[in-house]
Amino acid sequence: METLTFRTRELAKVYGEGRSAVHALRGVDLDIPKGEIVVLLGPSGSGKSTLLNIIGGLDRATGGDAFFRDRNLTAMTDRELTRYRRDHVGFVFQFYNLMPSLTARENVELVTEIARDPMDPDTALAMVGLHDRVDHFPAQLSGGEQQRVAIARAVAKNPTVLLCDEPTGALDSTTGRAVLNVLKNVNEKLGATVLIVTHAASQAAMADRVIHFADGGIRKIEINETKLAPEEIEW
Amino acid sequence: MVSPLDRKLLRDLWRIKGQAAAIGVVIAVGVAMLVMMSGLVTSLVQTRDAYYDRYRLADIFAPATRAPDRLAHRMAAIDGVSAVEPRVTGSALVDLPGLDLPVQAQAVSLPDLSAPRVNDVFLTDGRMIDSDHADEILLLRSFARAHGLRPGDRISATMNGARHGFRIVGLAQSPEFLYTTAPGELIPDDARFGVLWMSRSALSAAYDMEGAFNEALLTLAHGANEAAVLDAVDRLLAPYGGTGAYPVADQTSNRFVSEEISGLEASSAAVPPIFLGVAAFLLYIVISRMVQSEREEIGLMKAFGYTDTEVGVHYFKLVMAVAVGGALAGCLLGIAGGRALVEVYVIYYKFPFLLFQLDPASFAAGVSVSILSASGGGLLVLRRVFLLTPAAAMRPPTPPDYSRAGNIGRALNAWLDQPSRMVLRRITRQPGRMAGAVIGIACGMALSASMITIYAAFDRTIDLTFNVMDRSDVTVSFTNALSDMAVFELRRDDSVILAEPRRHVPAVFRNGLNSHRGVITGIPPGARLGRALDSQQAEIPLPASGIVLSTALADILNVRPGDRLTVEMREGRQPTLQIPVTAVAESLLGAPAYMNLAALNRALGEPGRMSGVLLAIDRDRAPALYAALRNMPMVAGVSLKSEAEAAFLKTMNTGAGAIRYVMGAIAFVITFGIVYNAARIAHAERYRDLASLRVIGFTRAETAFVLLGELAVVTLAALPLGSLLGHYLSFAIAAGFSSELYQIPTIFDPPSHGFAAIVVIGAAAVSGWLVKRDIDRADLVSALKTRE
Repeated sequence: METLTFRTRELAKVYGEGRSAVHALRGVDLDIPKGEIVVLLGPSGSGKSTLLNIIGGLDRATGGDAFFRDRNLTAMTDRELTRYRRDHVGFVFQFYNLMPSLTARENVELVTEIARDPMDPDTALAMVGLHDRVDHFPAQLSGGEQQRVAIARAVAKNPTVLLCDEPTGALDSTTGRAVLNVLKNVNEKLGATVLIVTHAASQAAMADRVIHFADGGIRKIEINETKLAPEEIEW
Repeated sequence: MVSPLDRKLLRDLWRIKGQAAAIGVVIAVGVAMLVMMSGLVTSLVQTRDAYYDRYRLADIFAPATRAPDRLAHRMAAIDGVSAVEPRVTGSALVDLPGLDLPVQAQAVSLPDLSAPRVNDVFLTDGRMIDSDHADEILLLRSFARAHGLRPGDRISATMNGARHGFRIVGLAQSPEFLYTTAPGELIPDDARFGVLWMSRSALSAAYDMEGAFNEALLTLAHGANEAAVLDAVDRLLAPYGGTGAYPVADQTSNRFVSEEISGLEASSAAVPPIFLGVAAFLLYIVISRMVQSEREEIGLMKAFGYTDTEVGVHYFKLVMAVAVGGALAGCLLGIAGGRALVEVYVIYYKFPFLLFQLDPASFAAGVSVSILSASGGGLLVLRRVFLLTPAAAMRPPTPPDYSRAGNIGRALNAWLDQPSRMVLRRITRQPGRMAGAVIGIACGMALSASMITIYAAFDRTIDLTFNVMDRSDVTVSFTNALSDMAVFELRRDDSVILAEPRRHVPAVFRNGLNSHRGVITGIPPGARLGRALDSQQAEIPLPASGIVLSTALADILNVRPGDRLTVEMREGRQPTLQIPVTAVAESLLGAPAYMNLAALNRALGEPGRMSGVLLAIDRDRAPALYAALRNMPMVAGVSLKSEAEAAFLKTMNTGAGAIRYVMGAIAFVITFGIVYNAARIAHAERYRDLASLRVIGFTRAETAFVLLGELAVVTLAALPLGSLLGHYLSFAIAAGFSSELYQIPTIFDPPSHGFAAIVVIGAAAVSGWLVKRDIDRADLVSALKTRE
């Protein structure tokens, strides 16, 4: 039985060349077990989003390997990466990235239409508590509501992993807590591995595993024996 | 069920409706022009052919002096001839009340008892003539209309030296006389040359032609050998003063109509592709920039696992909706425009009915060019976006690097405020994108500048023809070649300032396989009223031997100065000569040829003869001169240059040349569309920046300056480039408008370019105003919160 969802070895990412080169990742070794909630903490530019993009198949490493289960993402073609994202990965972004021209339900349908084993879009929206706003356009929704649509969109495909880049970054703390609660539910109900990149150190309390980033590398990894519920977290 | 992507597509289309409509309109007018012009030409050709066919227009015209009727039977027996109609024709001078000068006309016989087998007439008013009444005539409808004559009216005419009174019983049209041109003149004029049909018996009596004919009309069986029949007819008529049978292709009216239609055909082949090409280029630029602005959404769709093909198909549909929508609208517009134009031309060409035909190839060409250019623009950008990783495509807009651009013009910084620096740096930062905008607007400028230049060139053609080349006021033509002593008689008239003899001799020019049926004009040395001029308007001396051809004729015959030309003169003893071409003369009207008058007379063996006189007159005393000319028996016709100029102007403004106004209007629409699109795109690209400026406290005017300043710089940069492009474009368009009837020379005309610049600047001002309204209305908060 597979126990690791992600495994990286000497994973490196360099932007640019020569003197202007920026080392976003400097040889990261990391194991992420299946079904955990993992929080990645660290200052801006420490490499956490870059890592998320690479293991999510959105970006390519410039060195090392990144494995999803036993498949090496760094060796995949564009076509294989597309397939991987389509079948396994759900994304939640800081700025929601909804299609402004589609309603909440249609934004979810955008994903369920191409997924292998999707859930009903209304079910996904009900999971995030938006069953009564399915026909609203993004411009008619508050920031928290928009982020919940984005989460519904990400979970509607029954993803293996849910990758969240600053999911509460644009939200107030009350709304943010509601969003984190949704992520926790998804983790529990669907068994998806959830990775959350955040600035807010207090959010680490809800994680199974906390990874601290600094300067393109992992500074330390903590395992939480006792997790807090999102409602109990302050930031 | 409609997929969410398709719903997104529909809503995106609605969101960009203004811009999509502007692009659609540009494509639509480009395609409309193609469909309209080709439909127009196809319809006119089909209508002409059907008219000729239905009224049995002759395939061969065979003039003679006087041939016995029995010869007609021998002609009918020639292999390939399907019908022969012998007839009598003669020149007449019609006296009309209220006119100083009599009007020239041609009298044509109709068989006494039956309809003509060849060259039938189409009766439009009144009834056919009754051969029992010798004074009954049919009058050419266009001539009757020009003079307000109706069935029942009476007119008198001089024929063969005798005066006859006639009663008009009907008005008629004929495919033979779609255009009527007085002998020796090039420009048709309904008012100045008439046709009257009479019974064969009456006309034979007037011209002493009983039992004889002076023109045979022949139709050919399908597949007949035209050249062989022409030879056979010439041999039969040679003893009876035959001056050479000629095919319908050389018949004056048909040649004029066919030249006009082929002029339209040439301009429809040359101009619409240029317009469509500019529209296609614009579509390419706009679509590529539109897809560029969708970068983030493309990245997002890819993040969800949509393949490149799926994303590509989605945008391809968007692009196709605009391009195909525009192209189809263009087809409909083209059909409507074509129909309207054809109806105008049917009246102009005097066709009694209309066959409206469309050219399916033009639809296919218009739609496929639009699709190709649109998808080209879309796919090229999509390919670039696909090369990025989804993460890079979606990355929140990182500020473009202006560090290097900031250095450009650093020296200027001291004099520039921040908004001006923003304008300057944006232009220098993205030179490729700016170049696209500049080239787009330059294309619009080029279209307008070239069309306005063409307008000026038409005016110049008239000016050169009637003020520089021909300085006479009056042309007098004689019934036959006279002694040039008659010039002295005219010079004695008080009103005559200058009188110069001319001789016009019909001739066939041949060079290898190229031939042309035209006229040689004999000009005396030192002539001042009408001369052969070179392209610099300097006089070309006419040597004692040799011939000077107009550029049009030299082109038709494919000869150059120094070549020898075969000239078959069709008058007098009809000599055939080998004559060296000594020079090529600039001529904008017709395809004339010039010889020294003495040399021409020598060739004909008729020294000291002339067929007409050019006069410069004192206009105050003109009525006395006209009265004197009226009483000269040898005068066949008198034409005034002012009338000829008016007729020429009318021809250029109602015939094939009239289409230039339609094209000009379309050029303006495209120019405006291009400029408006450039402004729209710039606005779409900078929506968030502009809202940010408003948020930090810039006034509306200051914000608008940042965008409109850029538009102003781009527009100004486009003007010289567009002027240059327009200059070259005008050559292609002028060639399309030039025909054997008249030539449109292209010159660089600064006022035309200035006017085009005003058009472009005006379009930019209106576009800027429209875009500024949107900037003023922008919802600042939502602009910053959501993507545009």
